[in-house]
Amino acid sequence: MLAFLTQRLLQVIPTLVLVSMLIFGLQQLLPGDPALIMAGEERDPKVLEEIRQQYRLNEPIPVQYVYWMKGVLSGNLGESMRLKSSVASLVAEKLPVTLQLAGMAILVALGIGIPAGIISAVKKDTAWDYGANLFALWGISTPNFWLGILLIFLFSVTLGWLPASGYVSLAENWRSSLATTIMPAFVLGNAIAAILMRHTRSAMMQAMAADYVRTARAKGLYERRVVLKHALRNAMTPVITLGALEFGTLLSGAVLTEQIFTIPGFGKLIVDSVFNRDYAVVQGVVLVTATTYIMLNLLADIAYVLVNPRLRA
Amino acid sequence: MTAATLPAITPGEAHEENPWARAWRRLRRRKGAMVGLAVVSLFVLVALLAPWVAPYDPVATSWSAVRKAPSWAHWLGTDEVGRDVLSRVIWGARASLSAGLVSVGIALGVGVPLGLLAGYAGRWIDAILSRIVDAMLAIPFLILAIALAAFLGPSLSNAMIAIGVTATPIFVRLTRGQTLAAKVEDYVEAARAVGNPHWRIALRHVLPNIVPPLLVQASLAIAGAIIAEAALSFLGLGQQPPSPSWGSMLNSAQRFIAQAPWMAFWPGFAIFAAVLSFNLLGDGLRDALDPRHR
Repeated sequence: MLAFLTQRLLQVIPTLVLVSMLIFGLQQLLPGDPALIMAGEERDPKVLEEIRQQYRLNEPIPVQYVYWMKGVLSGNLGESMRLKSSVASLVAEKLPVTLQLAGMAILVALGIGIPAGIISAVKKDTAWDYGANLFALWGISTPNFWLGILLIFLFSVTLGWLPASGYVSLAENWRSSLATTIMPAFVLGNAIAAILMRHTRSAMMQAMAADYVRTARAKGLYERRVVLKHALRNAMTPVITLGALEFGTLLSGAVLTEQIFTIPGFGKLIVDSVFNRDYAVVQGVVLVTATTYIMLNLLADIAYVLVNPRLRA
Repeated sequence: MTAATLPAITPGEAHEENPWARAWRRLRRRKGAMVGLAVVSLFVLVALLAPWVAPYDPVATSWSAVRKAPSWAHWLGTDEVGRDVLSRVIWGARASLSAGLVSVGIALGVGVPLGLLAGYAGRWIDAILSRIVDAMLAIPFLILAIALAAFLGPSLSNAMIAIGVTATPIFVRLTRGQTLAAKVEDYVEAARAVGNPHWRIALRHVLPNIVPPLLVQASLAIAGAIIAEAALSFLGLGQQPPSPSWGSMLNSAQRFIAQAPWMAFWPGFAIFAAVLSFNLLGDGLRDALDPRHR
């Protein structure tokens, strides 16, 4: 186990270094001179030169990378050229918004995906199974920006039940906060619910065919108990670990969902900074996203080995 | 038992059925996959015949027909500058399907040779390529595509390149894994034993045997690429106005959702139908080509 942990941790380091190089390299490829963007209306060559000096834009790219990494390792992700504030503080400001949205989306996904997967596996080849599979296909194939627009039309424009856009934090007013985030959370959770449903279905079908389930039935246990206590507990391991990998889907989805519902979160920050050529923000946000994703992958791998005794040896 | 009760075996029957014919026979049995194939074919046909089947010019504006509800003259209504929504949806199929095909073509063209190289050569080449793939896969798909599309500049062809590059690591990983499994098979061992050069073994013996999983992944990747192109166009990084694209149509429709909901419904439905069909086809192909389902 210790050898596995060490090996897995050692694998993460070069990946993180490569990710940082990739992100830094990408930013260098973005069009536009950052000094000109920072200077705004100012076109004085002296001012431009000062900016270049200050941000080391005259240095060779590898040197700029080393300076950037030094900053990153000490918690300094740079400064937003447009918003004139540190990227770390922007991340800290926007992250809770997206985390609230993501948390609610995960609840939606778990609430729909897992029961649908269980029903589909237990009632295999019945109308329930076909219905659940159709739901999964619908979830995977529906573009979330379209679903978002349709929900706005139904619940905001036609029925007038929910606000079409905007965001209120939980601390400010929890009712308004839920009202502003319920639609985007459903849009975001819908696709992941479909993926979770498919994982749950296949894991449950495997579990239901296992010897221990047959033994549980032979003992005379109620079917409900066999399904929920014996099969589900074992089937949940791959579902949870595979589900953790959907974090990328969640963030990609958040980019569009936040754009549609005008939610000032992480996703909107990425799009706005790309359009405004705000290099440091794009770098910082993508780096935080990728690092979190790599760490979640690592945790999912470790969790999988921890809960699976056969892999522990 | 007498000889008369046993059916005679003709020489033709003794031969093994062609694997592709067998896969097609299995695919035909799957209703979902056949519906998917039919809808995909319909979209391809509509995209190819767009100039003939579209009732109006997709970019022609008409100030007397601004945001008109669906009618006999305009079956799916008109948009904010009086353009016919049906004609734009039909022409938009060209942008979406070509984005799906071209970007997956790029991903296959780059990803398969690299995956083959990593899996076949192994050692340091594999180590380096695998780490690069891990790094690329650590950045969420759409975020990497947005960053690349922004760097290349907003246009449909650049969006295709951005999506293609972003989808490449999946094909590298898949090809590598399949190559690793194939290269220890007896037929590869035999090809090596008779003195075939490495490139010939990789291209003539390994590659043809790993095509089925690549085909399945490609059909599912086309679905992903169509959504990605629509997303980039929705954000303003793909097809540029006034050229029609389902994503950019949804972008402008968003502002008129209260007054003209048909503007948003139909392009979104077209994306949904195209993506659903490729997903159905991909699922069917997976079942038809997977040896475990035989």
